[in-house]
Amino acid sequence: MIAELPPGLILIVGALLIPLLRPHLRPYLMLALPVAALVQLLTLPAGLHAQVDILGHSLVFLRIDGLSFVFGLIFLIAAVLNVIYGWHEDDPVQQVSGLVYAGAAVGAVFVGDLVSLFVFWELTAIASVFLIWASRTERAYRAGMRYLLVQIGSGVILLAGVILHYRATGSIAFDRLELTGLPTALILFAFGIKCAFPLLHNWLQDAYPEATVVGTVILSAFTTKLAAYALARSFAGTDMLIWIGAIMAVFPIVYAVIENDLRRVMAYILNNQLGFMVVGVGIGTPLALNGVAALAFCGILYKALLFMCLGAVLFRAGSARASDLGGLWKSMPWTTGFCIVGGASISAVPLFAGFIAKSMVLAAVAEGGHWIVWLVLLAASAGVFHQTGLRIPYAAFFARNPEIRCREAPLNMLAAMGITSLLCIAIGVYPAMLYAVLPYQVDFAVYTASHVVTQLQLLAFAALAFSILLRHRVYPQDVPSINLDSDWIYRRLLPAFVDVYRDGLRMMRFRAIARAQVRLNRFIAAVYRHHGPQGVLARTWPVGSTVLWVAVLLCVTLVFYYIE
Amino acid sequence: MIAYHLPILQIVVPLIAAPLSAFCRRAGMAWYLALIICAASFAISVALLVRVLDEGHISYLLGNWAAPWGIEYRIDAVNAFVLLIISGMGTMVLPYARVSIADEIEPHNQALFYTCYLLCFAGLLGMVITGDAFNAFVFMEISSLATYVLVALGAKRDRRALSAAFTYLVMGTIGATFFVIGIGLVYMVTGTLNMADLAARLQGLEQNRTALVAFAFIVTGIGLKLALFPMHLWLPNAYAFAPSAVTVFIAATATKAAVYLMLRFLFTVFGTDYNVLGLTLTYMFTPLALAAMFAASTVAIFQFEIKRMLAYSSVAQLGYTVLGISFASVTGLTATMIHLFNHALMKGALFMAVGAIVLRHGAATIDSVRGLGRTMPWTMAAFVAGGLSLIGVPLTVGFISKWYLVAASLESGRWPIAVLIVLSSLIGVIYIWRVIEAAYLEKPPEGRTAREAPLSMLIPTWGLVGANIYFGIDAELTSRVAGAAARLLLWVAP
Repeated sequence: MIAELPPGLILIVGALLIPLLRPHLRPYLMLALPVAALVQLLTLPAGLHAQVDILGHSLVFLRIDGLSFVFGLIFLIAAVLNVIYGWHEDDPVQQVSGLVYAGAAVGAVFVGDLVSLFVFWELTAIASVFLIWASRTERAYRAGMRYLLVQIGSGVILLAGVILHYRATGSIAFDRLELTGLPTALILFAFGIKCAFPLLHNWLQDAYPEATVVGTVILSAFTTKLAAYALARSFAGTDMLIWIGAIMAVFPIVYAVIENDLRRVMAYILNNQLGFMVVGVGIGTPLALNGVAALAFCGILYKALLFMCLGAVLFRAGSARASDLGGLWKSMPWTTGFCIVGGASISAVPLFAGFIAKSMVLAAVAEGGHWIVWLVLLAASAGVFHQTGLRIPYAAFFARNPEIRCREAPLNMLAAMGITSLLCIAIGVYPAMLYAVLPYQVDFAVYTASHVVTQLQLLAFAALAFSILLRHRVYPQDVPSINLDSDWIYRRLLPAFVDVYRDGLRMMRFRAIARAQVRLNRFIAAVYRHHGPQGVLARTWPVGSTVLWVAVLLCVTLVFYYIE
Repeated sequence: MIAYHLPILQIVVPLIAAPLSAFCRRAGMAWYLALIICAASFAISVALLVRVLDEGHISYLLGNWAAPWGIEYRIDAVNAFVLLIISGMGTMVLPYARVSIADEIEPHNQALFYTCYLLCFAGLLGMVITGDAFNAFVFMEISSLATYVLVALGAKRDRRALSAAFTYLVMGTIGATFFVIGIGLVYMVTGTLNMADLAARLQGLEQNRTALVAFAFIVTGIGLKLALFPMHLWLPNAYAFAPSAVTVFIAATATKAAVYLMLRFLFTVFGTDYNVLGLTLTYMFTPLALAAMFAASTVAIFQFEIKRMLAYSSVAQLGYTVLGISFASVTGLTATMIHLFNHALMKGALFMAVGAIVLRHGAATIDSVRGLGRTMPWTMAAFVAGGLSLIGVPLTVGFISKWYLVAASLESGRWPIAVLIVLSSLIGVIYIWRVIEAAYLEKPPEGRTAREAPLSMLIPTWGLVGANIYFGIDAELTSRVAGAAARLLLWVAP
């Protein structure tokens, strides 16, 4: 049984022990947990483990195959990096919720049935919201509430889909699903919410930047990648996803351009990166799925790296807004360097992690003959480079804004960023390392002349465009502002609509409550009359009347039998 | 040799030890004796259960008199399981009882307490083990008379224990009388008192008026003993005013023995050929069980004293037990049998925790538990765990019971009952929560010094809590035995 202990469970159970320890010992346990889970994962053989039969259904808590292995692996690596990055943080709420959240995500990756998936799905939502609330501001509280509503909603829709699916097919296996009717459509919708499909995406940009410095880094790794995994597992090769993914890859860039808060810019870019994965899932060939897995693997690393850098900036300089920052390269040289590595990785510069993953997806798109999508993705790549490769480092570290003086990031943050940067470069230089753990056999040569040249051309022209735009001040100024996104509909329009009818609604509500209250009081009074301490049913009866009851019961029984 | 005589040793050992312990001057000696005897009894009942599961039923003839004339002890999976519950709980209570009894009973009565305890213990075991109807009555009287005394011993703490014992005596005697009238009537018709023999001879007498009247008397008599709603009125006071250790013991065992007799007479002696059986189950047991589940639980919500509250909860739990009987299916009877075991565990743990509070504070009311979450953390944690089990939270035994009950009701096609089972569990949440709220969320009153309960009480309490969780996770053993018992009762081949 111990041998079959799911790695996710190690994190969840272990996390609950954290508050019991002295504060200075906690980080050691926190580091030990994901490392232990990693060891456990590496020792487990492929196949189904930890099956539990409950109520006639077989729940599989541990299914290790190529796809789940690579996602579980990167989740655990990310958990290790997060712990190092958050070493200085002495907040048990964040410590526990961060690890439970990671554990839930790892748990969800390894389950083999939809019911357990639902359980972990909801657990990720509940655990992660505390990372947002841990900012302890009113804004964060409200954003967290909205986040929780959306996430729990996704879980409920998933559950509804699973139940309908079970009734239709009698199976709760978490495997490939055909998008044929309402049940699977609901499941896809639930995955889509968590994966931040277009128009379902607002929770991401809303909530992630409100979390704590460490919290945002943790959040960036798990939820959406879990959704990408679920999509790859269940809906690989669903054509619809190609187009959804293409839209997802483009539209966040537009918002990113005009956004001022750099962490929010990253949230949009994160969304765009998911678009690449969704396209890959939609194509669904082994090459594409390999690309998805590779992209998730690298994506978690370089996005975490960028969020870490911005977090370090926020931590030291007190702001992550482009309009407040600039010239930090003198104060924070290391962070600047790591940020450039992260930018290069996400922009898919050759010899960095992003390149080897994105090339696979692009090659799969080209192989499938989806030329329009290919062009769209290419354009999106240019946009990404432009935003994260150039603008974020520029705005934060080089722009000639008021010169801010601050100290370099703490050692633990630097260590986490350094390790992540190393991983990004190592994977870029030795892609075979990553290709070895991908779910399907890889016969893909990434460093071909055409791949490299295409990518370099793209990058060169994007850089050129950025410089020209900046030079001629055509580029949108970094000013504090608020972007209107589709969440305006439910955050402003609907409440405004309700406002109009507020008085009427309020009256109705008052009356309904008053009426219900009167009824409830009457009901309680009646119950109390009979069941209360002096009620008929509760008071101590004289012996005589008790005996009478017995006699009555006997007589009734006898008469009854007699009639029979 | 000894193995052959185990059935009689099960009874004779505690029965002989009882007068011996009356000679003990000091309570400590009597306690040691009782503990050794009960532990031996427990060992015997484990051995018997193992043998029964291996070999089928054991028939032991007292003094080698042949069966229908002499008294026969007949042990099968059904009563071996109940024997295990009674002897197990009887043994668990003793280490707990020592401190509690020393505090709650006058010193000169303490040695006699153990005498009565052993008598009651022997009587309950005898009721269950015997295969002779009249012998069952005799043992029922032995256990009941001892119980009246045990309840009355609570008078040092609260004089109302005397009137509670008196009411219990009157009601218990009426129940026993009805039972013996019923036995007399069937004896009139069949000329035999041996249960197996009765079962054979009652075949074909389904229309016999005398047999039917006997049936009514026996069902009402045992119903009174097992506190079938609305004949439960003796129970809350008896439980509330008895010394804490006695409450734990009788709550966990006395009604269980009565339920066993009910099952025996309904299914083994009369059998499903009697169509009055089906009628009784459908028109009497089902509505009364449902009424008990709701009315008694609701009363429990408004109770101020926690012992009384748990006593009403016991009435509700007996509702579940009877509900299982009323399905007359293998799953339903499995639910009943397993709930006998599980309810003993959960109520044992709860009453033990309450007893520890009584020891430290002189009373256990919603008022006196305020803030106890901090001053008596282990006791209150045990109460919470027992409460969760009572409610039926998964991973506790309560869940297993409810699960079988719901399964039985769905199997019989009466799904509204399944809904009612779940609803009534929710009422349990309310009254358990009242205690938890007072203990954990309210501040203790000023100037109260309280210590945690002594280890001798905590260890048995947590032993039961552990059992609640262990058998809630691994229900293999209990459900196998309960299932075998249910099939035996319904004459279904395994």
